[in-house]
Amino acid sequence: MSTTDWPLWEVFVRSRRGLSHTHAGSLHAPDAELALRNARDLYTRRGEGVSIWVVPATAITASSPDEKDPFFEPAADKPYRHPTFYEIPDGVKHL
Amino acid sequence: MTAAGPATVPVTAALALGDDALVLSHRLGEWAGHAPVLEEEVALANIALDLLGQARVLLSLAGDEDELAFLREERSFRNLQLVEQPNGDFAHTIARQLYFSTYQHLLHAELAAGDGPFAPLAAKAVKEVAYHRDHAEQWTLRLGDGTETSHERMRRACDALWRFTGELFQPVEGLDVDWADLESRWVESVTRVLGRATLTVPEGPRTGAWSAGAGRQGVHTESFGRMLAEMQHLHRSHPGASW
Repeated sequence: MSTTDWPLWEVFVRSRRGLSHTHAGSLHAPDAELALRNARDLYTRRGEGVSIWVVPATAITASSPDEKDPFFEPAADKPYRHPTFYEIPDGVKHL
Repeated sequence: MTAAGPATVPVTAALALGDDALVLSHRLGEWAGHAPVLEEEVALANIALDLLGQARVLLSLAGDEDELAFLREERSFRNLQLVEQPNGDFAHTIARQLYFSTYQHLLHAELAAGDGPFAPLAAKAVKEVAYHRDHAEQWTLRLGDGTETSHERMRRACDALWRFTGELFQPVEGLDVDWADLESRWVESVTRVLGRATLTVPEGPRTGAWSAGAGRQGVHTESFGRMLAEMQHLHRSHPGASW
């Protein structure tokens, strides 16, 4: 295997109609069309999906691990924000 | 093997189509560990596995699949000479894929539309093969219309394999197909793809004295024997082995 300067793509797969696309992994490809085909071969060949998105990894802006505390810490000690004080009726299955 | 045995299925045709799929599957499998990039290696292996699946069904229609795959001599194989050609560089593999997948797609579409014994198999295979054809076309466009080097390599590959393409349209006994019509649609499609890829259709002969192709009669090219030896040696060394 030679090294390649092909760009990195992030792959999102919708597993069933009605569900949202979920991050499946990443791959290298020279352009979007081949990225889509590579994604089909790498992530959906066992019937995992009905739709694929590929996104250039450079197009994603991610939160930094350094900002973890300011970003996420304040949410932890405010239990009233969490809907955990309700009795869940028996009939509700997917909550 | 199965209830739909040799009595109802044209064995010659099952062997011809089955051997095409088996031999090309093995050739593509040879890329494992050697492909230019990991993603492409998986793509080629996927195509190889599709073809192997087709080969198993077809050879089972003709007899015992293992016996046919692993215990026949070279002269008994009925595959096209095109599919046994060595992988060469990546461009050669893609040119071989382009020529063969286009043919296989048109052929299976025709068989699937009919009501012959191969219709059910062809109906399933035609979807797989449509993807193989797309894969080959996408790469032909990128290599042909890519860098100077990739263009030159793709041109060389298309030229080198051209003389094996006349054989694709030799009628196969037991297949109810309009071969002349199949050929004209194949030429039209390949011409269009090569044109978009800034390549020209090779000028060499596809039929007649200087062309190649008697694979359907059991005559094969030099490299086929070595490929067969590698494919068969395990089964021949350990008869009946399984895991």
